[in-house]
Amino acid sequence: MKFVDEFREPELVRRTAEEIRRLVDPHRHYRLMEVCGGHTHAIYRFGLKDLLPANIELIHGPGCPVCVLPMGRIDDGLALAQDPNVIFAAFGDMMRVPGANGSPLEHKARGMDVRIVYSPSDALKLAKLNPDRHVVFFAIGFETTAPSTALTMMRAKADGLRNFSVFCNHVTIIPAIRAILDSPDMRLDAFIGPGHVSTVIGCRPYEWIVKNEHKPIVVSGFEPLDMLQSIVMLLHQLRNGEAKVENQYKRVVPWEGNHAALRAMAEVFQLRPYFEWRGLGFISQSALRVRDTYADWDAEQRFEVPGVRVTDPKAAQCGEVLKGVLKPHQCKLFGRECTPEHPIGALMVSSEGSCAAYYNYEHRKAAMVNILSPTA
Amino acid sequence: MAHGAGGKASRRLVEGLFAPLLFGDSQELLTDAAHFAINGAQVAITTDAFVVKPLSFPGGSIGELAVNGTVNDLAVSGARAEALAVTYVLEAGLPSDVLEAEVRAMAETAHRANVRIIGGDTKVVEHGKADRMYITTTGIGSPIRGVKIDAHSVRAGDKVVLSGPVGDHGITILLARGELDFEADLRSDTRSVLPLVEALSHAAAPGLRWMRDPTRGGVATSLNELARDCGLGVCLHEESIPVRDAVRGACELLGLDPLHIANEGQFLAIVAAEYADAAINALNLAPGGEPARIIGEICDQPAGSVLIGTSYGGSRIIDMLVGDPLPRIC
Repeated sequence: MKFVDEFREPELVRRTAEEIRRLVDPHRHYRLMEVCGGHTHAIYRFGLKDLLPANIELIHGPGCPVCVLPMGRIDDGLALAQDPNVIFAAFGDMMRVPGANGSPLEHKARGMDVRIVYSPSDALKLAKLNPDRHVVFFAIGFETTAPSTALTMMRAKADGLRNFSVFCNHVTIIPAIRAILDSPDMRLDAFIGPGHVSTVIGCRPYEWIVKNEHKPIVVSGFEPLDMLQSIVMLLHQLRNGEAKVENQYKRVVPWEGNHAALRAMAEVFQLRPYFEWRGLGFISQSALRVRDTYADWDAEQRFEVPGVRVTDPKAAQCGEVLKGVLKPHQCKLFGRECTPEHPIGALMVSSEGSCAAYYNYEHRKAAMVNILSPTA
Repeated sequence: MAHGAGGKASRRLVEGLFAPLLFGDSQELLTDAAHFAINGAQVAITTDAFVVKPLSFPGGSIGELAVNGTVNDLAVSGARAEALAVTYVLEAGLPSDVLEAEVRAMAETAHRANVRIIGGDTKVVEHGKADRMYITTTGIGSPIRGVKIDAHSVRAGDKVVLSGPVGDHGITILLARGELDFEADLRSDTRSVLPLVEALSHAAAPGLRWMRDPTRGGVATSLNELARDCGLGVCLHEESIPVRDAVRGACELLGLDPLHIANEGQFLAIVAAEYADAAINALNLAPGGEPARIIGEICDQPAGSVLIGTSYGGSRIIDMLVGDPLPRIC
């Protein structure tokens, strides 16, 4: 398959993994954070950890939009779906995320009209097909998905479509990275930068990380070779004592970002003064709301939203896992009370969540390695 | 809903509720069909309900699925389907031509599969209560000589055989629902696998330990069930698993794993290593069995799990599906 197989070519992968082994200083421990949930997923799916030396530790970052959404927002969204006239549309990722009274999928099983859509424009299409109903699109995602939500709302406004609105949960990536770096228990050597977000925002917004924090960052693609090459680039920087922003994902990410997408976002959205992130707490200027000029297509302005706040179960350590302080299996609930079938935190739901990725692809493997090589 | 999707929740429902209450204290493993004796004659019986949206799709329709699905459940249990009984649950207002098309499809498919339809029942329910049409088929079969399917007979070193490319049916259905804005030249793989099972049994019956048709929940779920039942590990080689480009592409775009996608015309077999070559040769010689190949082997570890190795040395655990496969966003 074109554009995929080239980046999984076994011989090149092996050679790149060898290069990594040559570049690491055996006396040093490397802590690299992959910010993006897509990278976390790729690391487990392709078994990349098997290819890396033991002293390279990959820390999973907060870049899974489903995982950082507080439970209250899900309940707020589903409260709108109680109205029998409402069609509640969301991405597949959202469907199993638990709210206080169940996930969207469970609401669907109880008879609510919950639909899976693949893009915001599909939700708009639903509105056109159902003129007597109101379609609420539950929007999530970083700058990766925000422009398509914006363009869809611009289309709704241009078409004068009144039976469509967006429940906006879009967040922005840079404040999340800042919050990670501000966390006192976090020691990181470098970042594998998010690929898809950067197709929109470009590479410039990361320059403060290298200037103020003196930590290298390489914006990376999602195939095995992409990620290994990014690690090679980071190791070169670390060995030379450098800290630069580099772009490994040049075939997709323009250095200056995508201006048309950024313009669409600015047309429809503005920053919220603050927004609650699961595990990270309230972060200022970290999320988007719909501008008043688009109030007619903003579910929060059109409807009574209860504004539910639900605290996560005390024993769950989603925050520590999201910040990379704990590995998924170090959480007290991992694999016991919290499993993909009965998730307590969203990290166990989304395929980009590090707990789900670890649970699905890794943890029995880890148990196997323990059996095979008993520690003396 | 997850209880019907073929993965973990389905299994828990069967093992936790149905089996203890309905099957009593029988300790037999859950399989696709039950084998038992009536007045000394061995028979196999299975039953299956078919619900699919849309009713027809490229490569097949609910009528074809209803015949092939039951024929296949019997086949992978080591039995040749002899007769089917059919129940239709129809919605009031279902156009008669739709019904006729499905009845015709069933008749033709049964003819092709060399099985008789010998009885049935019809119920009509209110409009909107049955996704237009549900079909249930119950099949009776006779055991294929020399074949004994038993997960407990599986040994480390046995080979995992797969009859052909995975994911065609599930992805075809996903696309046929018209909710995705892309198209692919893809057809459901619905067919009777009985001819292939017979070809395999002629060549390798003494070494044939276990079979399963990986329908809902896909290859991953079937092999996880095997791993649990036999207490051994299943180790697969990713590059040897046949997946069509259109299926791979759709799965890449949607963030799905082809091993979790449903099939309606494939089967998995565990064959003793010394019979593996004979098994593959026999399958490759049979019409429709050309793509069959060995995709892995049974290992001592990871006990009870399925591990897949990539061509460049990485590996990952493949779990059963939890609920339906849901596409990812980014």
